[in-house]
Amino acid sequence: MADEKTLTFPVEATHIMMFRRSIGDYSVPDTGMEDAAAPPTFPQAVAQFNPDYFLRIKPGEDWFGSGKNASGVEGQASSSGGLHAEQHFEFERPVRPGDVLYATEKAGKSWEKESKRAGKLMFSERIIEYRDADGELVCTARGVGVKTERPVDQG
Amino acid sequence: MTIKASEISVGDTFEEVLVEDLKRTQLVMYSGTSGDYNPLHSDDKYTTEAAGYPGVFAHGMLTMGMTGRVVTNLFGPENVKKYGVRFTNQVWPGDDLTGKAVIEAIREEGGETLVDLAITTTNQKGDVVVMGNATGRVEG
Repeated sequence: MADEKTLTFPVEATHIMMFRRSIGDYSVPDTGMEDAAAPPTFPQAVAQFNPDYFLRIKPGEDWFGSGKNASGVEGQASSSGGLHAEQHFEFERPVRPGDVLYATEKAGKSWEKESKRAGKLMFSERIIEYRDADGELVCTARGVGVKTERPVDQG
Repeated sequence: MTIKASEISVGDTFEEVLVEDLKRTQLVMYSGTSGDYNPLHSDDKYTTEAAGYPGVFAHGMLTMGMTGRVVTNLFGPENVKKYGVRFTNQVWPGDDLTGKAVIEAIREEGGETLVDLAITTTNQKGDVVVMGNATGRVEG
């Protein structure tokens, strides 16, 4: 994706409710969902609002998951898409239903490391700032992704 | 019940079973809500035959999300200031996960009482799958 692009992320109570269920969080009754703050990892769901997000099927584009064949993209490298190495969130205030957040993503550092379990590891960092309609910072997310030379050895 | 500064001490430990016998359906639920449809988390054929793994495995963010319940149960989701983890081992369907938070500091900053936690989640074999830190606001 472009180095800097702003995504609009409307935060809806039902989305948070479904997100909470998907992480096994039943601490908020569904009847209280309009008022409850989102779980701290919810900002990651901004992916739903990224038109270019590469881990979602898009019309007219090949998808690397299986259909007739094990992968829909010939010659797809193993462990494509990479793995998640680190994730950090810092909040100026909680995210709540009704917020409209504006997320700006920037590439961070990138580096390489050798590992016994997966060969060469290629790390890259990305930072997403979430601001509200007034331009006030709500949350900063820093993620580190890793692409491995080969699948991680399970031994 | 969220914690209060007056009722806790550095070194106090809170443990919570996050999941027993993690189901593949939970992974599908997380794909749907997060928008991360990487087939490594739902598509056994792709994951075994094309990607070379023994089978589908959990999104790191699912494990971080489940682990986050330890944090939000202690602080309340509206009081979390920081939460970060490193992913140290993959999580597989069938795993049992237990989250643990240890109170590292209780401090005053900017007129607020903050608590720092060290967080680890381990599987049924005792392997740490995520480790990290969290900071939250508590009542005095």
